[in-house]
Amino acid sequence: MSLVTDLTALTLAEARAGLKAGDFTAVELTEAYVAAVEAARGLNAYIVETPEKARAMAKASDERIARGEARPLEGIPLGIKDLFATEGVHTQACSHVLDGFKPPYESTVTANLWADGAVMLGKLNMDEFAMGSSNETSYYGPVTNPWRRQGSNASLVPGGSSGGSAAAVAARICLGATATDTGGSIRQPAAFTGTVGIKPTYGRCSRWGIVAFASSLDQAGPIARDVRDAAILLKSMASVDPKDTTSVDLPVPDYEAAVGRSVKGLTIGIPREYRLDGMPAEVDALWQTGIEILKDAGATIVDISLPHTKYALPAYYIVAPAEASSNLARYDGVRYGLREKGDDIVDLYEKSRAAGFGDEVKRRILIGTYVLSAGYYDAYYLRAQKVRTLIKRDFETAYASGVDAVLTPATPSAAFAIGEKAGADPVEMYLNDVFTVTVNMAGLPGLAVPAGLSAEGLPLGLQLIGRPFDEETLFTLGGAIEQAAGRFSADKWW
Amino acid sequence: MTIAPRLPDPKKLIKGATGDWEVVIGLEVHAQVTSQSKLFSGASAAYGGAPNSHVSLVDAAMPGMLPVINEECIAQAVRTGLGLRAAINPYSVFDRKNYFYPDLPQGYQISQYKQPIVGEGIVTVDLADGSAIEVGIERLHLEQDAGKSIHDQHPTMSFVDLNRSGVALMEIVSKPDLRSSEEAKAYLAKLRTILRYLGTCDGNMEEGSLRADINVSVRRPGDPLGTRCEIKNVNSMRFAGQAIEYEARRQIAILEDGGVIDQETRLYDPGKGETRSMRSKEEAHDYRYFPDPDLLPLVLDPAWIEGLKAHLPELPDEKKARFIRDYGVTPYDAMVLTLERASADYFEQVAKGRDGKAAANFMINELFGRLNKDGKAIEDSPVSADQLGAIVDLIRDGTISGKIAKDLFEIVYTEGGDPRDLVESRGLKQVTDTGAIEAAVDAVIAANPDKVAQALAKPTLAGWFVGQVMKATGGKANPQAVNDLVKAKLGIE
Repeated sequence: MSLVTDLTALTLAEARAGLKAGDFTAVELTEAYVAAVEAARGLNAYIVETPEKARAMAKASDERIARGEARPLEGIPLGIKDLFATEGVHTQACSHVLDGFKPPYESTVTANLWADGAVMLGKLNMDEFAMGSSNETSYYGPVTNPWRRQGSNASLVPGGSSGGSAAAVAARICLGATATDTGGSIRQPAAFTGTVGIKPTYGRCSRWGIVAFASSLDQAGPIARDVRDAAILLKSMASVDPKDTTSVDLPVPDYEAAVGRSVKGLTIGIPREYRLDGMPAEVDALWQTGIEILKDAGATIVDISLPHTKYALPAYYIVAPAEASSNLARYDGVRYGLREKGDDIVDLYEKSRAAGFGDEVKRRILIGTYVLSAGYYDAYYLRAQKVRTLIKRDFETAYASGVDAVLTPATPSAAFAIGEKAGADPVEMYLNDVFTVTVNMAGLPGLAVPAGLSAEGLPLGLQLIGRPFDEETLFTLGGAIEQAAGRFSADKWW
Repeated sequence: MTIAPRLPDPKKLIKGATGDWEVVIGLEVHAQVTSQSKLFSGASAAYGGAPNSHVSLVDAAMPGMLPVINEECIAQAVRTGLGLRAAINPYSVFDRKNYFYPDLPQGYQISQYKQPIVGEGIVTVDLADGSAIEVGIERLHLEQDAGKSIHDQHPTMSFVDLNRSGVALMEIVSKPDLRSSEEAKAYLAKLRTILRYLGTCDGNMEEGSLRADINVSVRRPGDPLGTRCEIKNVNSMRFAGQAIEYEARRQIAILEDGGVIDQETRLYDPGKGETRSMRSKEEAHDYRYFPDPDLLPLVLDPAWIEGLKAHLPELPDEKKARFIRDYGVTPYDAMVLTLERASADYFEQVAKGRDGKAAANFMINELFGRLNKDGKAIEDSPVSADQLGAIVDLIRDGTISGKIAKDLFEIVYTEGGDPRDLVESRGLKQVTDTGAIEAAVDAVIAANPDKVAQALAKPTLAGWFVGQVMKATGGKANPQAVNDLVKAKLGIE
C-alpha cells in the first residue's frame, strides 16, 4: 500500500495528529487527496476540482505548521457543497440557472473553515438548489454512492441533497465536507453512506453566503467519517454572524470534548409515532440496537409521544416550497447566471427560468406560489406554520419531562438505486424525509450516525435529536453508538 | 385616536350637472427615510451618484445574501410615528411582497403588511382660510425602494440603476379624511413640514424623496364612500392638486352619465393634465405576502422608544402655539413662520428681546418676499437674523422710518454690512430735528397756497403736504413729526 492511499484512510483527527507530529506535510496530504479525487471522478461527487487552490492552501499550512502557528484545521482538505458561495469559484447550487456564476464573496461558514486553516479540494455535487433526496435533480447528473448492495453492481443514490458531500466522505476523497440540511439533506445522505452528519440548531451556523432554499429551515453542518470529525468540523463552521440576524450569539462549545463523555444519567426518549406502518423490519431492528447500546452504556430509555409528527411532512412541503418560491425569484436572467433571449422582459424571465430550473425545482416553485396565493394562504401556509408550532411544542414537552435527547431511525430505508424512484410519485421521494423534517420544523439539532448494515450490506443510520443548542449531548450519544456499533467503510471499487 | 366624522361642507362640494358631489381623498405618501445607508444594507442611501455605484451585494440580490435591519431607519420611523401622534407598535413584522420587475432584484420587496411599525395617528392641517382640520393616519410602515429602469439609452434594451434599490421608505397612509384638492395639498405640505422638522425625510419632491399615491372617490353628500381610483406616484404638490381635480370631475361625469367607476390604478400625465388607466382591479398583482424568514420580528424596547420621544424636536404645532402665546403673533403669521424649522429658528433669533409682531411682519413681508423672488431658502438668506434684528431695532428706536427700512434691507440683502453702520454711512437716519422739518414744511406751504386753501376745506388733504415734505427730505424725516407739524402749521385738527 502506497503512502498516498494510507493518508486518505486517516480520519480528520488522525490526519491532524499526523500533521502536528510531522509524519507528513499538508502538501503531501493534499496531493494524496487531489489524486484520490481524480481517481474517483466516476462517482461524480465533485463537479469542480480546485487542485491548484488546494496546493497553495496546503503550502501555506505547512509554513504555518513550521512556524508553530497551526490553526484547528490546519492543512485539512475538505470538499464544499456547491450551495456555499466560494469566492471566484463556481457556485451554482448545481443549477443551470446559475451558469457561470462565480461569486465575489465567500460564505461565512467556508470563510470560518479557511480561517481555521482548512484546504479546499473543490465543489461537491448536490440536488439542484438542495431540492431532492437522491442527488438525482442535479444539473450535473447524479452522484453514485460508494456503497453497493452485496453481489450487485447497481449504482445506488447517496441520498440528498448533500449527496456529493456524503459520497465524497464515504469514498475518502475528502477528510470532511460541508453540507446543508433543510429537511434532512445532511442526515439522510449520511445515513445512506455510513457517514456521520449533524444538522445543528437553527441559528448555530451563519446562512450568509449559502444559496437559500427555505430560509427558516436551512442550516449548514458537516458530514464526516466519524463523530469526532463531525464535532471538530462543526466547531469551526459555527459562529454568530452580524450578516445573518437569525444566527445566534452563543459561545461555540468544544464539541470534540463531548465525544467520549459518559452517557450515564442521560434520558433518551423513544417516540412511538416514529414507528411507521410498513417500515422495514431491519430499520426497526436497528432502532432496537441503538436503544440497547445506549441502555448498556448507562442511559435511561423512556417512551415518549410526539403527537403531531404525522403532520410534519405535509406541513414541511408547504413551508419549504413557499419560502423557496420567493427565494428563487431572483434567478431571473437579469443580473447573473443563465439568460435566454426574450422578446421582452417577461419573455426573458419565462425563457430563462424555463431553461434554467429543473423539474423538481419548478414543481416546488409552483407549489410554493400556489400555497401563498390570495385565498389559499390561510388554508395552507398559515396552517402549516401552526403545525410547526405544535411540532416544536411536542419536543418542548418531551424535554421538559426530563428527556435529554430523542432517538429515532434516520431514514425509513437503506440507499436505493439510481432511477428507482425517479419516475414515481414525487411523494414517495418526499417520504425519505419523514424522520428528519420534524427536526428542521422545530429548529432543533439532529445527528445521524451509522449503526449497522442492512441485509444487503448497506449502511443504516440512527438519528439523535437534541435540545436547542445542545449539540454536545448528541456528540456524546453519537460517540457511544459509534463505539458500540463500529465504523462502516465502503470497499473501494471505483 | 378617533376623529369625529366630518359633515359635508357646502363650500367644498363640487357642482355637477345633476347636483352637488363630495370628493373623498386619502393619501399614501412614500417618504424616503433620511439615513446614511439603506434599510437592509450598508450601501449609501445618498441621492445621485453614478448609476449602480451605491449597490451592495444585498441590494443586487446576489445568491445567499441576507438583509440586516438598519437601526437608524427604525429609529427614524419611530420618530416619525411620534411626530404624527401615532401609536408605536412594539412588535412588527417585515413581509415579502413578491413580484417580478427588473429593478426589483430580489423578486420581492421587503415591506410590512399586516403588522406595521406605526399605527393610527393624527395630523392637524391648517387651511388657507384660517381653519384647521384633523386628518387621521391609518398606519406607517417601512419598506424598500426599488431601483430605476431606464428605457431611453439603447434601441432595444432597457438599463437598470440599482442605486435606489433597498433605500428605506416610510409609507404613510392617511384615512380618507380629505375633502378637496386644497385640503390634500395642505395635508401633504403639513406632512412634509413635520418630516423636515423631525429630520426623518428631506421632503425633496423633485428628487423623489416624497411622492404620493392618491385615492380619490366621489359621492353624493351623506352617501357612503364611492368606488375609488388610485393615482400612482404623484411627485409634486401642484400635480397632486391637478390630478385630484381632474379625477374628481372625471368620476362625476361618469356617474352623472349613469356609469359606474371601475376600481383601478391610474397615472397622472402632467403634460395633458389628465389621469389615465394603468391597470384594473382584475389585473392587480397577487403579491403573495408572507413574513420574511430572513428577518426576525422587530421588537422595540419601550425604554428605547421613550428615549427617542425625549429627544424629539419641538414640532410645528407646538411651535406655532408657543409663537402665538410668547411672541403675540397672529395664528396665520405663526403658521407661516413655522412652515420650515429654519424659518422658525430664524424668527426666534430675531424676535428674542424684540417686539415679536414687528419681527414677524418684517420677516414675512420683506425677507420672505425677497427670498421667494430669488428662489432662495431661508438657510441661504444673505441677511442674517442679527442683521434683520438690527433693522427692526432701528425702526423701533425711530432711527429710520419703515420706508427707509425697506431700502436699508435691500442694501443689506445685496451688499451686506452692519445695518447700524450703513444708516450712518449712507445718511439714512431719520430726521427728527424739528427745526429742519419745520423749514421743509414751511417751504411746501409757501409754495402751494392753493393746496393750503383746499386743505383747510378738506383736512384729509394734509396727507398731500406730508408726502411732499417726505419727498423733499428724501424720506428721512420722521413721518409722525411731519404729520404733527403740517397739521399745526395749517391749523387743522
